[in-house]
Amino acid sequence: MKLPIQGAIDCDVHIALPNTAVLLPHMDEYWREHITQRGLDQDNLDSAAYPANAPITGRPDWRGTKPGTDLKLLQSCLDTFDTRYAICNVLHGSPLMFSEDLSAAFCRAINNWVAKEWLDRDPRLRASITVPIHSPELAAAEIERCAADPRFVQVLLLAAAELPLGRRINWPIYAAAERNNLPLGVHAGSSYRHAPTNTGWPSYFLEDYVGLASGCASALNSLICEGVFVQHPNLKVVLLESGVTWLPNFIWRANKTWRAARMEVPWQTRPPGDYIRDHVRLTTQPFDAPPSADMTQRLIEEIGSDDVLLFATDYPHWHFDGEDALPDGISPQLARRIAIDNPLNTYPRLTP
Amino acid sequence: MNVITPQTQPDVSAQSLTGYVDCDVHPYFKNPAELDAFLPTRWREHRKEYGARSRSALAYMPQYPRLSPQNGMRMDAFPPDGSLPGSDLPFMREQLIDLFGMAHGILLPLLGRGGDERNLEYGAAMCTAVNDWMLAYWCDPEPRLKASIQINVEHAESAIAEIEKRAGDRRFAQVQINQRGLEPLGRHRYRKILQAAAANGFPIAMHLGGTSGHASTAGGWPSYYHEEHHAYVQSMEGIVTSLVVEGVFEQIPNLKVALVEGGFAWIPALTWRLDKHYRRLRTEVPHLKRLPSEYIRDHIWVTTQPVEEPERAGDMLSTLEWIGWDRVMFSTDYPHWDQDDPRYAFKVQIPEQQKRMLFRENALAFYNLA
Repeated sequence: MKLPIQGAIDCDVHIALPNTAVLLPHMDEYWREHITQRGLDQDNLDSAAYPANAPITGRPDWRGTKPGTDLKLLQSCLDTFDTRYAICNVLHGSPLMFSEDLSAAFCRAINNWVAKEWLDRDPRLRASITVPIHSPELAAAEIERCAADPRFVQVLLLAAAELPLGRRINWPIYAAAERNNLPLGVHAGSSYRHAPTNTGWPSYFLEDYVGLASGCASALNSLICEGVFVQHPNLKVVLLESGVTWLPNFIWRANKTWRAARMEVPWQTRPPGDYIRDHVRLTTQPFDAPPSADMTQRLIEEIGSDDVLLFATDYPHWHFDGEDALPDGISPQLARRIAIDNPLNTYPRLTP
Repeated sequence: MNVITPQTQPDVSAQSLTGYVDCDVHPYFKNPAELDAFLPTRWREHRKEYGARSRSALAYMPQYPRLSPQNGMRMDAFPPDGSLPGSDLPFMREQLIDLFGMAHGILLPLLGRGGDERNLEYGAAMCTAVNDWMLAYWCDPEPRLKASIQINVEHAESAIAEIEKRAGDRRFAQVQINQRGLEPLGRHRYRKILQAAAANGFPIAMHLGGTSGHASTAGGWPSYYHEEHHAYVQSMEGIVTSLVVEGVFEQIPNLKVALVEGGFAWIPALTWRLDKHYRRLRTEVPHLKRLPSEYIRDHIWVTTQPVEEPERAGDMLSTLEWIGWDRVMFSTDYPHWDQDDPRYAFKVQIPEQQKRMLFRENALAFYNLA
């Protein structure tokens, strides 16, 4: 169905580097020379997560020469949905690199490039902070640096990194995010330090993509069990591009397991579903909807809160055609919450 | 032991021999579309739409970026037309084949990545395509160059079919397998492939690299290419240990294996260690009938580049002696950044007879090229 209201907040759009060389002006002299000498400015450091020409990577009318690189195409998407704000996420190889310093240098350059080449050019755009996800200290430093610019509204992580997200080694990232009123955007994906599924390396991209939801579920379980929301009571987590309909059955099982196994995690004083409803948000595309509107309504009731979903097109990825960005079965009242109220409540920096 | 004492000031200015055999040459394409001509339509479209998908983080690059452009190329090896080093036959003749008077060069293509491919049907098709491409672009116009058969060991049926298809074709010298795969090569699931290679008269070449999806050290992922490059040695040690201990050489007595670009100075120490612990633990592996060192001595060959540089130059000679002078084969690794020049690679004067073995005769015998 179409969005029945104006002024929506699109909580997940993707912008992409046309090539690595565009980052050179946004680096200091040492890294410019380092990267040029290695020839990395000539290389394509795109993550393996989105084969450039795969159908899902670019909707035909949003594809352009390379999906996510064209400001005008993004602006036409914002015009189509009468979007008030759109939160830009860069998915790239930079946050994944093995050298923490190299990774941090590339991430700093990406954030500088995002501010200058995108945020400065359209007042509707906001962005997530790209951080070296395997280096919590350097990631926290980058969060503090970028937080000075209010147009950065979120910290971007991937669901599957080297260690489960809740592990304490990652907590400096969460402290920096909470301190600066930045939700933690956990995007579907992997840095491929492990197989993308816990049964090994599948043959097909289709399997990888479907498996992303399992990766998000594992990350969510880790954040809850390790006590991240107890330690950081004001932290919000937004699961980006993770699918939606797995959430109710996740809550049921997590709650049941917690009742039996909570002695292991005594800090977790409430059932997992409570933490989810308080702290966790999910973007709506790709919405893995059941076959009928009735069933979708039922499923949304099962989530047990109208606060959880955030509107997103996932531009330029191809999950729906035309303007039917929402699944059938969502009431106008709920659509308003998903598209406006929930994003404003989730992202404090959207409210000046 | 017959220890050769080096001269105090060895003359190492020009060690090359006319007619040397180069056991590691990397051909590249000028344009990946060159491979399309050798791919069926279904896979040509797949290449365009989904491309190569291996077990690593970056779509187009090795996950440890190299230190020079285009994934670690020698800076003066870019052909005059600016295409990739190793992609231009006349320029390769000028810089390598004719310059050093090469008798034969063994091609180990690191492109197409059919052996790394997660989609096994596509991987098999890509291996076949690269095999045909090597013949058309390299071996037929330049018969001094010999090809390595590409296979994907995770698809045994197609790997064996490809080996059998190329059997008897003297343009192919060996079967090329990635050093790093899903499991160690000695594991039973790969045995039929190794049997097919030996049965058809092909040695196996294990070139460094491959995207296994496993961390490249036993303690996890290191930070730097500096470390990754060193870890190739540990991968070679793992391969040798696996092949020996699983009993591969007991089961396939005519299998010959070349370890390419993984160093060689580690072989004596690994051999001693395997023998020592085999003696204590032999009841666990009763399928082994001989000492590990004997299997290694009979079945394992090594190529030289990147050549070891002992702190005392003369220690090279005892190392080679311990491995066996007849088991070491010279290689350049052209056109990569760490290429060895046959004239200067060894920092010690090698006696004439051993020099002939190392630069020429060992490889002629190994590849049956004489």
